[in-house]
Amino acid sequence: MNRRSSAQVHGWLLLLPAAVLLVAFTHYPAGATLWTSFYSTAKPHRPSAFAGLENYREMANDPVFWQSLVNNAWFAIGTIPVSIALALLMAVWVNGKLRGQGFLRLAYFTPTVLPMIAVANIWLFFYTPQYGLLEQVTGLFGLPSHNWLGSRGTALACLIVVTIWKEAGFFMIFYLAALQSIPPNLYEAASLEGASRWAVFRRITFPLLMPTTLFVLVNAVINSFRLVDHIVVMTRGGPDNTTSLLLYYIYEVGFKFWDAGYASALTMVLLVLLASAAVLQFGFLERRIHYR
Amino acid sequence: MLKRCITAGLAAAALAASTAWSQGTEISFYYPVAVGGPITKIVDGLAADFEKENSGIRVKPIYSGTYQESIVKALTANKAGDPPVLSVLLSTDMYTLIDEDAIVPWDEMIRTDTDRAWLKSFFPGFMENSQTGGKTWGIPFQRSTIVLYWNKEAFKEAGLDPNKAPANWTEMVDYARKLTKKDGSGNVSQWGVQVPSSGFPYWLFQGFTTQNNVVLMNKDGTQTFYDHPAVIEALAFWVDLSRKHGVMKPGIIEWGTTPKDFFERKAAMMWTTTGNLTNVKANAKFDFGVAMLPAGKRRGTPTGGGNFYLFKKSTPQQRDAALRFVRWITSPERAAQWGIDTGYVAVRGDSWDTPLMAKYVQGFPQAAVARDQLQYAVAELSTHDNQRVTKALNDGLQAALTGAKTPEAAMKDAQREAERILKAYRK
Repeated sequence: MNRRSSAQVHGWLLLLPAAVLLVAFTHYPAGATLWTSFYSTAKPHRPSAFAGLENYREMANDPVFWQSLVNNAWFAIGTIPVSIALALLMAVWVNGKLRGQGFLRLAYFTPTVLPMIAVANIWLFFYTPQYGLLEQVTGLFGLPSHNWLGSRGTALACLIVVTIWKEAGFFMIFYLAALQSIPPNLYEAASLEGASRWAVFRRITFPLLMPTTLFVLVNAVINSFRLVDHIVVMTRGGPDNTTSLLLYYIYEVGFKFWDAGYASALTMVLLVLLASAAVLQFGFLERRIHYR
Repeated sequence: MLKRCITAGLAAAALAASTAWSQGTEISFYYPVAVGGPITKIVDGLAADFEKENSGIRVKPIYSGTYQESIVKALTANKAGDPPVLSVLLSTDMYTLIDEDAIVPWDEMIRTDTDRAWLKSFFPGFMENSQTGGKTWGIPFQRSTIVLYWNKEAFKEAGLDPNKAPANWTEMVDYARKLTKKDGSGNVSQWGVQVPSSGFPYWLFQGFTTQNNVVLMNKDGTQTFYDHPAVIEALAFWVDLSRKHGVMKPGIIEWGTTPKDFFERKAAMMWTTTGNLTNVKANAKFDFGVAMLPAGKRRGTPTGGGNFYLFKKSTPQQRDAALRFVRWITSPERAAQWGIDTGYVAVRGDSWDTPLMAKYVQGFPQAAVARDQLQYAVAELSTHDNQRVTKALNDGLQAALTGAKTPEAAMKDAQREAERILKAYRK
């Protein structure tokens, strides 16, 4: 008994540092945000007061919020599948025996190492009409000039491309590590059976990569809500909110409009979205994945 | 071990505090950097010079990022109870700072006649954004206006007089049409004119509205006039530059790449801040001119840039020291030197009479255009809940410029949103 309780204390003591950090920087802020979201923001001559669901009602009537949410959905749909597929493709490609393999891996990984702000500034000039890199290429084919970041139809797509370019290399590293841990005897057995390359990929490689895919998927989903640095540099949510994502809008409301109550309510939406994504992924998808 | 660390830390802090005390008053000030050049070095140098001449006062300049980052830092520090004594922030942040109860007006510190004369020495155009309710809340420091830059070589090629900028809207459209070059397949290789519209289009739009002889807000910052017919007319003119006349790139034009477009000869004329003057001087590989913005019904431009604000949570000694520092740094010679080093407009009339400035203008007459235009300058758009009210206008402008809404519908929507926000501030 005594021994067990001392083991318990020991265990809790070991957990303490992590728990303190987690509570101080994750759980407490989340709770405080929920609390703040029920209060109005203090204005001159009007101190903060309990407002119930007023902030949430305002949100339901706020067209910019809805637009940011829809934009974010498109941003997620645009970035997640493509960056994962691309990462897998690149990993399989550089995993094979080929010349300059190390260089190729490095090249694919470089975008990940660069800071997003710097990257966004470079891409800003890629997209510049008339003399930007993209325009110089399309100009060779005689295509008409287009204002990529300045048109409603293309601005969000441009940001999606930057994000995919930035993320795919990062995910590739995880796939590469996973590929190298797949036992070679499985492939030998498959080649003895005369399986086609596609069958090998579908029956061996892909299923064994599923745990990595789940991990990458979780990261991709989080990133699709988290990455907004390039918006600050490239479009600042424009033209007319067509590239405003949820987190960027939260930043605007919180640190430009100084409306803490409403920003908290918006943050709750983001929290609920991310939490449900996590539940879905770990609760549902995980059961269908084969771990060794 | 931990205990010893804490004791040591406390001792160090106490020591630091006591040295600060023995050296007299310390004033911290936040400043942003918004133009190119070694600004931090210049500011540190100024602080050191001031300390040499004023023993007993220590000036601690703190670089705080962009204007937007600076206001975030200053207000966050204020909420945490530890704001700087002084800060350079956008002149348009005035209402926000008042509403947050973060700053005090300078008037309380103004006691002598020389103080009063100093307050009167600034260009009135710059004071418009610095005063409200009969009080002076900001002291102009790094201020700018919009000017028109033109490529003299492109003018020559198009058969225009390279030394004459368009004087009014009709001339601007007319010149721009001649300057717009198309290749065989109809692709434009050089646009006539470029007015940026990303980020803060309201500022450039204020050029058009002022020229159309209409104001966007009242003096108390509690009402906007976004849907006034003359405002809609001004927006229609801006939209028509690309839609009807085909002399400006369609869609949203990026603020940051506009000078580059100009250097690359993709735009023969551009509207941008006087703060870019030093940049253009260094990078344009052709002869260029700087002119006042063309006139509509009148000439006009908004002012822009930063003011000195004095934070409320400061001691009387700190406030006195801050006043001394601000008076020192805005003296005619220093204002002139600051303008030459940065490209900002020297903020008071008499600094343009200093030998230093006279010599600079003689060698580089373009620098004087901003000063001459100041008589037509108006206050930059600024209201209570400023950023939100401004965003309503920005969204409307971008909607019209990208063709999603007509100018009229866009401005009606913007006004409705501004009205909803500002209603609470009218008593």
